[in-house]
Amino acid sequence: MNKYFSSSNMTGGYGGVDILNDCGIEVNQGEISVVVGPNGAGKSTAMKAMLGMITLKSGDVILNGKDISGLTPEDRVAQGIAFVPQTMNIFSELTVKENLEMGAFLRNDNINKTIEDIYKLFPILKDKKNQLAGELSGGQRQQVAVGRALMTKPSVLMLDEPTAGVSPIVMDELFDRIIEIKNTGVAIIIVEQNAKQALSIADFGYVLVGGKNKFTGKGSELLNNPEVRKAFLGG
Amino acid sequence: MENFDILNALILLANFVIVPAISYGSQLAIAALGITIVYAVLRFSNFAHGDLMSFGTMTAILFTWLFQNLGITGGVLPTALIALPFAIIVTALLCLLIDKSVYRFYRKQKSHAVVFMIVSVGVMFILNATVRFIIGPNDRTFFDGEKFLIRALDFKASTGLEEGLTIKSTQLITVIVAIITMLLLFYFLQKTKMGKAMRAYSNNEDLALLSGINPDRVVMITWIIVGALGTIAGVLYGLDKSFKPFTYFQLLLPMFAAAIVGGIGNPIGAVVGGYIIAFSEIMLTYAYKKFFIYLLPEHLEPSGLMQFLSTDYKFAISFIILVIVLIIRPTGVFRGKTI
Amino acid sequence: MIEKYRAPLAFLVMALLLAIVGFGQSWSVALGIINLCIISAIMALGVNLQWGYAGLFNAGVMGFTALGGLTAVLISHQPIYEAWSGAGSGILLSGFILISAGFGIYFVHKKIEKIILKRTLIIFIIGITLIGLNIFYGPSVSIIESINPAKTGFLGGLGLPIIVSWLVAAFVAGFVAWIIGKITLGLRSDYLAIATLGISEIVIAILKHEDWLSRGVRNVTGLDRPVPYEIELQKTTWFIDLIASINTSKLQAAQILSDRQDILNKLVIDGSSIFVKLCYAGLFILVLLIIYFLSHLALQSPWGRMLRAIRDNEDAASAMGKNIVAKHLQVFVIGSAIIGIAGAMLTTLDGQFTPGSYQPLRFTFIIWVMVIVGGSGNNLGSIFGGFFIWFMWIEAEPLSIAFISLLTNGLDYNSPLRMHLIASAPHLRLFIMGSILLLALRFMPRGVIPEKVSKE
Repeated sequence: MNKYFSSSNMTGGYGGVDILNDCGIEVNQGEISVVVGPNGAGKSTAMKAMLGMITLKSGDVILNGKDISGLTPEDRVAQGIAFVPQTMNIFSELTVKENLEMGAFLRNDNINKTIEDIYKLFPILKDKKNQLAGELSGGQRQQVAVGRALMTKPSVLMLDEPTAGVSPIVMDELFDRIIEIKNTGVAIIIVEQNAKQALSIADFGYVLVGGKNKFTGKGSELLNNPEVRKAFLGG
Repeated sequence: MENFDILNALILLANFVIVPAISYGSQLAIAALGITIVYAVLRFSNFAHGDLMSFGTMTAILFTWLFQNLGITGGVLPTALIALPFAIIVTALLCLLIDKSVYRFYRKQKSHAVVFMIVSVGVMFILNATVRFIIGPNDRTFFDGEKFLIRALDFKASTGLEEGLTIKSTQLITVIVAIITMLLLFYFLQKTKMGKAMRAYSNNEDLALLSGINPDRVVMITWIIVGALGTIAGVLYGLDKSFKPFTYFQLLLPMFAAAIVGGIGNPIGAVVGGYIIAFSEIMLTYAYKKFFIYLLPEHLEPSGLMQFLSTDYKFAISFIILVIVLIIRPTGVFRGKTI
Repeated sequence: MIEKYRAPLAFLVMALLLAIVGFGQSWSVALGIINLCIISAIMALGVNLQWGYAGLFNAGVMGFTALGGLTAVLISHQPIYEAWSGAGSGILLSGFILISAGFGIYFVHKKIEKIILKRTLIIFIIGITLIGLNIFYGPSVSIIESINPAKTGFLGGLGLPIIVSWLVAAFVAGFVAWIIGKITLGLRSDYLAIATLGISEIVIAILKHEDWLSRGVRNVTGLDRPVPYEIELQKTTWFIDLIASINTSKLQAAQILSDRQDILNKLVIDGSSIFVKLCYAGLFILVLLIIYFLSHLALQSPWGRMLRAIRDNEDAASAMGKNIVAKHLQVFVIGSAIIGIAGAMLTTLDGQFTPGSYQPLRFTFIIWVMVIVGGSGNNLGSIFGGFFIWFMWIEAEPLSIAFISLLTNGLDYNSPLRMHLIASAPHLRLFIMGSILLLALRFMPRGVIPEKVSKE
């Protein structure tokens, strides 16, 4: 039984080199799946493959029982998958509000309600709505990036290292917001370097090594698994 | 009469420097906007823009002749203004055709910007040949209607001043059309969904794709705008001076200088850059002798022309300003894009 | 297999095309085309060095060509002593003021830290320079230009053999390139294109308007020649004997002696023109070969390999600590110097210097077409491109006219449409050039003779 959004047997990579070797990641609505692992393990690649940004040699991507493996990234976005890249994830020369509007580019209905919802989630964005996104602090930029992605009212949200380069306080704050988003019924996949914190909010976790699923299990299980602790969580 | 010296000097300056510079600056600003928008969205320096302007102007001239033959004229206004919308449509269609048949291929290949630049040289050749083939390489004036808004003689008679002020109707038309064009453009870019999408695409192409912005639509609208801007700039310049294909090619340098000085890829920068270049060009090539004769006591009057640079070198001024900006602030007055 | 024969095949086709002109029209016409083909090929080599080796876009080929032409005048023309004694010192002094101002500004720019002090000093230097020029330059110019304006009205040159200028032109063009390169290299790639476009327009403006230097649009004619004059040849015994011995059979066919003399005279006149063109061709080929071999050696050297490495991956090269800007400056200067040489050769061949004839389409962008079509990064390709595109440029005009005549065959002879189309036909050659460039970029982006990819 597949979960709401799932991938399996993914193999492939850039320019002939296989970064992924038979890996699979799944997530249910209202749950958070976290992908951790050492550098170069293929964490981001796995996520990009699920979005269709990488052509796979083999593997399936299923959304709500429908095979979407053949769709372009744009089409997958239209199907309700939102993605927040690790870098360059905002329109720095546009205002905060315009960033949110661009997130909703595909929608033709009234988006004001969604914008208000995002302002409720990230109140600071309301204060800065007319400021250029590029002028904001690192944490605020991440909020803009997540807000932009949420504008399509997605059923799946994928975040590529959302806490990279932000302070620990901002990181906790951001994770709290992500849990709030989860509670609205969104399926969330997070790729993270900060494995400990990320696994602590995870419903399900994946430890990727060499493009393979090395360990899988509930977030708390992985956190308590001595092998995982030793190898990836610093004891 | 002594007291009027300052007034006379100011009128002199207005007549020979300020009024011409404002109208030339408006023309350059619209032209540089075309360059800067291609740069911002399509990410290359378009060497064909001068010849695109020349094509748009030629189309407007042909429509003007057609309307004149049909007995339709603009009355006190030049007929070319009626022809302008039609010329814009033809030129925009041409831009789309060129994009589809030429540039699209390289965009799909994700070619380097310099390859696009060379491709634009090929387009320049073809546009240049087309214009020369259809209308010939010679100078043409296509202005009709009322020539002057204020004549020097009338001005002198009514004010009693020694210096006259001439304002050509084309100068006023230039300024009004340029202001309307800029307002429309900035409204489009700042307030409409498509305009914002264009800016978003220019700012962060990958994220724009992730947001579902259709790149082909953005490119199409960009070319329509560029065609319109080129035609408007070309027609305004041609009405004010005259139309000659080679002159339009030579405008490339001041146009690029305006775009780069303002900060290439930044529309406001292009407008400001246009006026900076125009004012510098005219101020630095104007002979201030008479101006100082009005202002200075007799024994201090200058003997030379008091001219910084001969008008033969007006192109050098765009270049010098460009070099100064490149040395002091390579991103331009308003921070443009850096690649 | 095919790859190996591409170059010989291309040159064979080129030779055939030229032979067709030789047999069909005349060998004098064919040689005239060949001479310009060779000069074009040298220019293309210069551009190829910059673009093909280093990926630099030089949109100012015309300017460097014209600088070469000016050098030819300044080296070979007889000095106008009257002008020198009248105002030479004033001009020299003005030159000195300009140069010292340049150094002064450079020094202030480099050494002074405080922005306000720096800018005040620079403005001060500019002010002093302007006043100085006002005192010395303006009056000197009027004096020089007033001396025998119908014939000279300029300073003249050094009175040296014109062939010396070919070497000097390299230094003049290279020096100007060095200044532009200093300012724009290391900034964005398009800035170099715009800056070179600008400098070439300025060079032409100076040549057109500084009459004391170049006679401006009144042109300098009757320049010295490195080869014999036709008129002299026609009076020289050995040359007449040579022509006679080549054409013995033709001459013997004529029965009457006076006929024979007429035929010989005609042959000598034709022969002298061909002989002169052959002399030029010989000299030009020599220069072409020297530059080709030097470029070839440079391409194979570590320096050339490094340039290509930089071109192919600028980030990696800079990460390896290569000084990209310095390398680019070297290649930009050398390429421009080669273009300068070609410019001096062109003026030598014309025997006159006509600033008004420099057009960017003809002197900058056509050269680009040559390099792209020939094969960027391949010197043989550039030579072929130079030959082929110049040939097309010359032949495109008659071809266009023939094409339009054919097209308008059905129209009434005096119909205005036909008249207009026939009159406009020559402009089609720009269309042909543009189409060749776009088609080459699209379907043969590596050119007729592609760059050899080294196997590693």
